[in-house]
Amino acid sequence: MLKSVKTGLGLACVLAVMAGCSSTDTEDTAQEVAQPTPPPVVEEAPAAETAVPLDNVVYFDFDQSLLKPSTRELLIQHADRMRGNTSGTVRLEGHADELGTREYNLALGERRANAVRDFLVLQGVDPSTLEVISYGEERPAQTGSSESSRAMNRRVVIN
Amino acid sequence: MIKKLATLLPVLVALVAASLSLGARAQLVVDITSGIDDPTPIAVSPFSWSGTGVLPEDISDIVAADLRRSGLFAPVPKEDMLSFPKSADEVSFRDWRVLGTEYVVTGRIEPQAAGYLLTFDLVNIFGQNKMFTKQVSGGSRQLRDIAHRAADEIFEAITGIRGAFSTQMIYVQQNTRGGQPSYALMQADIDGARAREVRRFSAPVMSPMWSPDGQEVAYVSFETGRPAIFRENLRTGARQQLTNFKGLNSSPTWSPDGSKLAMVLSKDGNPEIYVLDLSSGKFTRMTRHFSIDTEPNWMPDGKSLVFTSDRGGKPQIYQLTLATGQVDRLTFDGDYNARPRVSPDGKTLVMVHRNRGVFTIATMDINTGRMRVLTETRLDESPSIAPNGAMLMYATKRGDKGILAAVSLDAGVKYSLPSQSGDVREPAWSPYFD
Repeated sequence: MLKSVKTGLGLACVLAVMAGCSSTDTEDTAQEVAQPTPPPVVEEAPAAETAVPLDNVVYFDFDQSLLKPSTRELLIQHADRMRGNTSGTVRLEGHADELGTREYNLALGERRANAVRDFLVLQGVDPSTLEVISYGEERPAQTGSSESSRAMNRRVVIN
Repeated sequence: MIKKLATLLPVLVALVAASLSLGARAQLVVDITSGIDDPTPIAVSPFSWSGTGVLPEDISDIVAADLRRSGLFAPVPKEDMLSFPKSADEVSFRDWRVLGTEYVVTGRIEPQAAGYLLTFDLVNIFGQNKMFTKQVSGGSRQLRDIAHRAADEIFEAITGIRGAFSTQMIYVQQNTRGGQPSYALMQADIDGARAREVRRFSAPVMSPMWSPDGQEVAYVSFETGRPAIFRENLRTGARQQLTNFKGLNSSPTWSPDGSKLAMVLSKDGNPEIYVLDLSSGKFTRMTRHFSIDTEPNWMPDGKSLVFTSDRGGKPQIYQLTLATGQVDRLTFDGDYNARPRVSPDGKTLVMVHRNRGVFTIATMDINTGRMRVLTETRLDESPSIAPNGAMLMYATKRGDKGILAAVSLDAGVKYSLPSQSGDVREPAWSPYFD
């Protein structure tokens, strides 16, 4: 879980540990708060690589699973980090907003997560390290029926 | 046919309903939005009780509430009644005619060894005749069952449509405490009373579907970290995980004979309809298309499935003939038609239909293709049809809160069932239990 972020965090912690790093991550987005903070795992990442955690949520337009150009840039950065990574799997969690039927949205969430997976694989990431799961509209990041809430819910979370 | 039975002979209606746990407070309260323009005036005279003490439920009130909720009847308020007849003999035709009352129900409740016996009469005021005298008995915790069964008999005698007041529903309830959601499958009488938790979950649960015999429920739970399909016996709580495939395990729906379960699996790469034979455990893939195929529902003859597919670019409803694999598109109005349910006579589809950007419940006559929007609330979804085909229950929003609502298939009657705690959604209307 939180593989790519974890690597970054791990590095950040390694760098900060000498200065007394707490493992608290205040930059978690809402849906990650529920999960225990992963213990920092030190991996042999290239020292030159940036230690800044990458944003791990990508967003989609209504009823769409096409990747936006800004999303592609972010996913290329993720792919760069994932390629060096040979242990464990990354979960790609697809989500939908509340509009439309629940079962169709479950399929739509999967389609979005698949779009992210296919793009990462195209960038050279080993498909066997990627697991796709869809929650449809069952786990919104934000409740409420405003368009801004809905936009935050049409997402794939890279864990 | 009931009218033919309208003799003086009492008919014993045996109650086979499960003994249900009392104690759980009603969590959904009926709120009638609209009925037909000219509902039939009927008086349910307070029933007599020959036992000791006070009955824990007011049976005549429950009968009147059932009839009112159908939208077809306007029960006369007790304070407007000139007399409280306890039997057909005590009914003064003249008095009731003055009030404009068309039917009067009288009844007598007696204690029995292990419960109660209700004897009730239906009197036609304008026809000046007794239509029937019947009896319903039940256990000590079945007073509400007795009332609903009596309402079923009265409804059918007058309208010719089998009553569905004795049916139940299963729905999903979500409570959020301290930012942590918890989920439960709930089972309740169709009037919202006697709600009980079937099972509680810490991860989402969705798509509950009754088995045709009313004994089991199939649903999708995320408790394993992935969506998986379960079946659960409602009486014993015994359950079985049926699927654990990679990808979607979604939309379980029992065949009319209960021997198979249609479902959606994406283990082949994208969502396809499968049929699981429950005795052999064999899965058969039914669709082959790169689009989303989901939300299957059986036609009553068990020979074909209707389902949602976006193979035409947008979600529309299709019919799959199982013997040949042939797929025919059924809906053409609008750019979003999904989650079909077929009426018990196989003639009508109900679905979620987007109309000018608003998600509503619509019906479609399968023969003519004529579509009709039934609801005008917001974010309407998950329609589920009563076994008599007269009404459907669906989920909608009031404010940001999920509530259940019902509408007749001719759109004339509407009521809602707001929850007193939490968000409720995905109602599944039970079959008849006998």
